[in-house]
Amino acid sequence: MTKAANFSLTRRALGGLGLGLAATGTARAQDMAGKTIEWIIPFAVGGGSDVWARFHLPLLQKHMPGNPTVVIRNVTGGGSINGANQFAQRTRPDGLTIMGTSGSTQFPYLMGDPRVRYDYRAWSVLMASPTGGVLYVRPELGVRGAADLAKLQAAQGLKFGSQGPTSLDVVPALAFELMNLNVQIVFGMQGRGQGRLAFERGETPIDYQTSSAYTSQVLPLVREGKAVPLFSYGILNAVGDIVRDPNFPDLPTFPEFLKAATGQDPSGPAWEAYRTLFVAGFAAQKFVVVPRETPRAMQDLYRTAFTRIFADPEYKEKRGTVIGEYDEVVGEAAEKAYAAGTVISETTREWIKEWLLRRFNHRLG
Amino acid sequence: MLDALLMALTALASPERLGYMALGVLIGYAIGVLPALGGLAGLSLVMPFIYGLDQVSALAMLVGLVAVAATADTFSSILMGIPGSSASQATILDGFPMARRGEAARALSASFIASMIGGLVGAVILTGAVLIARPLILALGTAELFMLALLGLSMVGVLAGKSFAKGLIACGMGLALGMVGTAPATAEYRLDFGLIYLSDGLPLPVLVLAIFALPEIIDLARGGGTISRSADLGRGWILGLQDIMRHWWLLLRSSSIGSVLGAIPGLGGSVTDWIVYGHAIQTEKNGQFGKGDVRGVIAVEASNNAREGGALVPTLFFGIPSSGSMAVFLGGMTLLGIEAGPAMVGSRLDLTYAIIWSLAIANVMGTLLCFATSPLIARLTTVRFGLLAPFMMMVVCFGAFNNNRELADLLLLLGVGLLGLLMRRFGWPRPPFVVGFVLALPMETYLYQAVQFYGWDFLTRPGVMIIAALIVVFAWLGIRKRRLADTEEDGGSTDTGQRQPQAIFAVIPVAIFAAVFIDAMRHSFLGAVFPMMIAGAMLLISVPVLLRLNFGRVGGSLFHDAEANAKPEDGSFWAHLGWVIGLVGLSALVGFLLANTIFFLSFLRYAAGCTWRMTLFLTSIATIGLIMVAKLLTLDFPQGLLQYFFELPWPLR
Repeated sequence: MTKAANFSLTRRALGGLGLGLAATGTARAQDMAGKTIEWIIPFAVGGGSDVWARFHLPLLQKHMPGNPTVVIRNVTGGGSINGANQFAQRTRPDGLTIMGTSGSTQFPYLMGDPRVRYDYRAWSVLMASPTGGVLYVRPELGVRGAADLAKLQAAQGLKFGSQGPTSLDVVPALAFELMNLNVQIVFGMQGRGQGRLAFERGETPIDYQTSSAYTSQVLPLVREGKAVPLFSYGILNAVGDIVRDPNFPDLPTFPEFLKAATGQDPSGPAWEAYRTLFVAGFAAQKFVVVPRETPRAMQDLYRTAFTRIFADPEYKEKRGTVIGEYDEVVGEAAEKAYAAGTVISETTREWIKEWLLRRFNHRLG
Repeated sequence: MLDALLMALTALASPERLGYMALGVLIGYAIGVLPALGGLAGLSLVMPFIYGLDQVSALAMLVGLVAVAATADTFSSILMGIPGSSASQATILDGFPMARRGEAARALSASFIASMIGGLVGAVILTGAVLIARPLILALGTAELFMLALLGLSMVGVLAGKSFAKGLIACGMGLALGMVGTAPATAEYRLDFGLIYLSDGLPLPVLVLAIFALPEIIDLARGGGTISRSADLGRGWILGLQDIMRHWWLLLRSSSIGSVLGAIPGLGGSVTDWIVYGHAIQTEKNGQFGKGDVRGVIAVEASNNAREGGALVPTLFFGIPSSGSMAVFLGGMTLLGIEAGPAMVGSRLDLTYAIIWSLAIANVMGTLLCFATSPLIARLTTVRFGLLAPFMMMVVCFGAFNNNRELADLLLLLGVGLLGLLMRRFGWPRPPFVVGFVLALPMETYLYQAVQFYGWDFLTRPGVMIIAALIVVFAWLGIRKRRLADTEEDGGSTDTGQRQPQAIFAVIPVAIFAAVFIDAMRHSFLGAVFPMMIAGAMLLISVPVLLRLNFGRVGGSLFHDAEANAKPEDGSFWAHLGWVIGLVGLSALVGFLLANTIFFLSFLRYAAGCTWRMTLFLTSIATIGLIMVAKLLTLDFPQGLLQYFFELPWPLR
């Protein structure tokens, strides 16, 4: 079949299906054939976000009407601040440029890093992608669960290897704060893998990994009795509550753990800060966004495409290593996650700034 | 185990899989031959195409690419003195002098065979690692890693050349530049001047290109004529083989050191060749290292292929990449649905074995390919350099801006390139500079972490004491007059030169150390202590050197000016630097693509004296090639003012 014939077939098929798109939208949809979509990834080739995007790329090409070409453009620098700044300043709202963000894009924005020149309120979310994490300790501590929190609080020489005060590892640091633990936080880890190595060598007795690394690297240690999982971070359900991670249904979530240990639901500014950063860093770690002025019909093309991708058997079969058993979401669930992970009250932001200074002597920027 | 190994070989031996491996080998070869580009660029190039491939085919392709890039990058190191990638910097020190005196064939032949054997040793070590990698890697804590970084730094002793003081200061400058960016202990930004670019730290590939490649290109362009002084490659192919047989023990040592160091996550792979090179100088008798000693080539080339096998150990078994290219490799594995980790020595052992076989076979394939094509490639050295120079400049610029894809990469290339050019001229050794740069971050990080984890008691850990003993032994070996003869060629005694230019240049290190010191004062204790100590010590060394160069008696080991005996007919020292400045400056105005085109047209027509027809022909080839590669990598060229004011279509945007 010639390419032209193929296009017209797609066009007819689309028209015939009457996908409920607005009339103007249909016109745009047809235009997608032969177009090139640029997907900005503000991280390096081969990194987590890059692999995540490259996994979706062929599926997006397949499910966007007209089968446009999608290319990934890596714009690195400043731990994704550079790429996000460029996207904010240069992108036309024509729907032909989209961006994939990650926790490292959300965090400096939420904390008020002076280098940030982008604003999540100027973007619309097309898709949100969650992940999770599990916190675990060395068995010598004798801590098995929430009932042993007092033992953990009394433990001497607790150390944790962190990638930096404003990295994703700030989430467990806040969890330590909420648990009232005395943990010495050692920075300079290049990636979570090094933190895990330090744990395995016995240099740090407490560590966490995101879900896929936990499953492939730490579960074998748990089976050998060399690590004890305490809780998972949990995930957000459709109404925005933190519930058990489907990958680790037997592990309590962090709020569950806290409640079991202290008898109270967590609250207060530290909890607010934890919750926001947890959502931005884990429960809704990655977003696909476009400028808000992008025509609604154009945005819906992507939403429909992602919905179809999630139902594609190939996607279901292969998502394991890249996304884990998590459900990526579009539509209202994505909007909820977006709001929870990109909106922060001024009080909470100030509290985080003050805490970073008090706890780590760290000033932003 | 043997059964499983043979099974993996059978699985690999399907035409389709071997085909993909051959494709990887070809891409790795092409990327390797081009100066400035190595395995990392090659892997980035194929990343978009691996999704959906059969796992074994894709792994064979990726491994083949990485393995061969490390063999083929020798071409530009030996034939042009331009590092083929940041993995084969040390090859230029002996390989290029050999090529210049007409022994290119011997150097290439020794290098390819060494690469192949090194690669095979790497594969064997990886096989052994299946059994013992875990305990071994876990035995090396932060304290031991710090000591290993010190071991690397101790190589400065033999890499310093004629003047130890200048070597130390060069190393200090490297350390100083290595401290730019985020402080490991506190995440404060050091010397960033409010720029995001600097807050990430300076990219190593740009630095290596700037310090080694740019000065060499400028020098070659200035000399005119061809690279090789004789028209043919020499008949040294057999000689190279004999060299290998004679130095088999060095070859085995270098391969083992290379693969073991490569397997240690977090040390920074680029320091491996300098450690191995330093080791060769320390342990080999009657060395003429730095003046074209074939042992320098053998040691480094064996180690950098062996290193790729070693580097796979933490990548496959721990999911921790030990280098930039391994990070991309790991990403590729995830995309293929393979999870690195303990499973790679358990349920997915078949894949590990397939990788080992791919590594071995690809190394042999790559070596054959390099041998087969070397007469053709070597002919480049008999081409008038005027015709090659713009291509070299273009590729070096590309290698530089492929890092962050912005103008700042080019500005850094120019700035550090100027530093390299002057260091070369005034006899400041460049290898210690690179060693310092590479080790700055690991040294500081691991020292801080070791103290946090163990207190100062870390010094009494057995592993630490063993490595300390090694450092002492090596240092002692180095003191016994086994040094790099001279880091720059033709280190005669008559080129002590005039006082003034050298005295002025010596201000630069002092200024750098002062800047580091002053910047450190605004940081918290943990962010400031390391830079202050280094800069303070370096000021104590560099100020007296500055004074002696200004007021001391001219002569001795301190004074050196390669321009003292310059031939007037070669033109001014600065003339060809002007072209580089022009290219970068023009890029700032109209973006790199346009600037490069204008540079090609004017250089070929006016500097190289080509006909307009030839000029247009070569310029079109260059421009089209550039655009095609940019398209494959989906990159925008560095932008200038023009792009700031006007919205242009790709590739001009």
